[in-house]
Amino acid sequence: MDTLLQQLINGLTLGAVYALVALGYTMVYGIIGLINFAHGEVVMIGTMVAFTVIVSLASSGMSPLLILGVGLLVSVVVCMVLGWALERVAYRPLRHAPRLTPLITAIGMSIVLQNVAMIIWGRNYITFPPMINKQIYEIGGASFTNVQVAIVSLAALVMLGLIYLVHRTRIGMAMRATAQNPHVASLMGVDINRVIAMAFIIGSALGAVAGCMVGSYYEIAHYQMGFMLGLKAFTAAVLGGIGNLAGAMAGGLLLGLIEALGAGYIGDLTGDFLGSHYQDIFAFIVLIIVLMFRPSGLFGERTGDRA
Amino acid sequence: MNHVRIPGVLVVLAASMAIIGCGKKEEPKAAAPAPAPAAAAPAPAPKPEMVVKIGHVAPLTGPIAHLGKDNENGARMAVDDANAKKVEIDGKVIKFELLGEDDQADPKTGAVVAQKLVDAKVAGVVGHLNSGTTIPASAIYNQAGLPQISPSATNPKYTQQGFNTAFRVMANDIQQGSVVGTYAVKDMGAKKVAIIDDRTAYGQGLADEVEKAAKAAGATIVAREFTNDKATDFKAILTKIKAKNPDVVFLGGMDAVGGPMLKQMKELGIKAKFTTGDGGCSPELIKLAGPASEGVICSQAGLPPEKLPNGQKFLEDFTKKYGQIQIYSPYSYDAVMVLIDAMKRANSADPVKYLPEVGKTSYDGVTGKIEFDEKGDIKNGAITVFEIKDGKLVTLKSEGGSAPAK
Repeated sequence: MDTLLQQLINGLTLGAVYALVALGYTMVYGIIGLINFAHGEVVMIGTMVAFTVIVSLASSGMSPLLILGVGLLVSVVVCMVLGWALERVAYRPLRHAPRLTPLITAIGMSIVLQNVAMIIWGRNYITFPPMINKQIYEIGGASFTNVQVAIVSLAALVMLGLIYLVHRTRIGMAMRATAQNPHVASLMGVDINRVIAMAFIIGSALGAVAGCMVGSYYEIAHYQMGFMLGLKAFTAAVLGGIGNLAGAMAGGLLLGLIEALGAGYIGDLTGDFLGSHYQDIFAFIVLIIVLMFRPSGLFGERTGDRA
Repeated sequence: MNHVRIPGVLVVLAASMAIIGCGKKEEPKAAAPAPAPAAAAPAPAPKPEMVVKIGHVAPLTGPIAHLGKDNENGARMAVDDANAKKVEIDGKVIKFELLGEDDQADPKTGAVVAQKLVDAKVAGVVGHLNSGTTIPASAIYNQAGLPQISPSATNPKYTQQGFNTAFRVMANDIQQGSVVGTYAVKDMGAKKVAIIDDRTAYGQGLADEVEKAAKAAGATIVAREFTNDKATDFKAILTKIKAKNPDVVFLGGMDAVGGPMLKQMKELGIKAKFTTGDGGCSPELIKLAGPASEGVICSQAGLPPEKLPNGQKFLEDFTKKYGQIQIYSPYSYDAVMVLIDAMKRANSADPVKYLPEVGKTSYDGVTGKIEFDEKGDIKNGAITVFEIKDGKLVTLKSEGGSAPAK
């Protein structure tokens, strides 16, 4: 029982991070139908920038929490600029090109960003300085740290903020309008370019927050860390129904839990016939099953011809 | 690099042509690569120069790029040292060139770059780093008749394929696995052992050998878990292991996996001692795991640097040039030197002619005496067990290894 609880905690933390990254994919997809494969790299850049800021402030005598806050803020701003630039430079000129062209461009941007990061931060693993004094709590034989608590609660907060933004503000309304029909929205006076840029900017900001979380949770960073994370988050977005905010969150949490429980129990369930190396396969089997019964994901119903 | 060097050769060529053309005994002024000490001699035309290319392959990108760069730096230093010595083969001064390739630790890419090196007509290859890339690539080198010396691929299969071109300069995983597995049971007193591997040829192979050795020494394997070489989250498998309450956890994998794994073990409150093989036995592991690396027991194929016959000097020179040694740069240094040594003895840089000499090698390298058995494995390969104390790798004991030749 304590093992199950521990696996649930593991999965929840992982899932919160996946969910935040998945939101970045889903926002962009929901509005212009583009899978921004460079989003994983934006997350990575977010981690790296936070790392640089934190390291350079570490000896300044500021309080660790303040340093962490500054690191987070700077990385959010940098990623916002990066997201805006990506859209402006790489995607906007291709807005009316066939669907495959921006997709390939996105993969290209992902490779470019990885290599830029490799040039700036080197090819070695970077140890993220632990700014929060890790405290380990125990309940019912399962342990978790204050960092995990912070990750899950911060993720929840950010997601709530995003839902508010999309459903209760003017820019959110413009976003929903653009998602429904960009031409009609522009006829109604919505500045499409601005709305699309905003989607990239907000998505990238979420990515930066996720990047800082990953950095302080695993305490390591690497220029290729964005690739797997991005792929998993994309899977989570598809699982939940890409283009749907609630779906991305649910998909992320679900994927995290599936992975943890899959790795933890698949061996026992199959009498050690399948081991924990089938963790990813397990996650994708669940994805396939979900898509068989709900082709547009768990929450995806209003995608229609945009899918 | 090619672009820099070829003009150098052209300059010499042009210069000598000019001399012949004039028919006068003019000494070429500032013949770029000509040896300085011989400048006073009447110079019977500069000695003909020949470029010999040596290939080197290791992952220069990806999670273990730091190890790949370390290997390449070792090989590069060997090439620089050999060039400084003005090695002569068949009456020609040899200029060695290192063609460094990146295999991304990926078996498919490994085969592609292997073919690339064959096409580039290298005289020999040092590499690859990972067993998983070295084994498929070795078939390509074998077909081309190119000598290949790996400085770090420890999986036994590499030299068991019957290839006369495959060599390695450190002990293989059968030796290493048995030393670590036995050490865990006999010296650390482990009764229950949990084993994790990263599903690479290296990690899996080593983990299998450790499992055998630990069982043979009387321990039970309570868990056998798996991850991959790009993962950073191990909490799920660690939680499972925690429930089995082992005395020792062994990881067959690299430092990039071991570092975060150690931290997560601590967070989950796992008390078991952590052991790993050469892939995790690096300063990088200490950097990545921080205080969580205290008390880790790990092994390396080879002798500890302080016991290497020429280790101190190599250590100083290397550190000055490239910074801290990770694991295998002394071995890639030696691997290059072994190739050059065989070329010298055969008096040829033609793979067909000097390949037989590689097998007959008896070379005093920085890592000790290098001699190969009939399969291409090093004779008397040493294994050293280390413990991480106060953030440093401290030697516990060494097994095997030939006495350093003075």
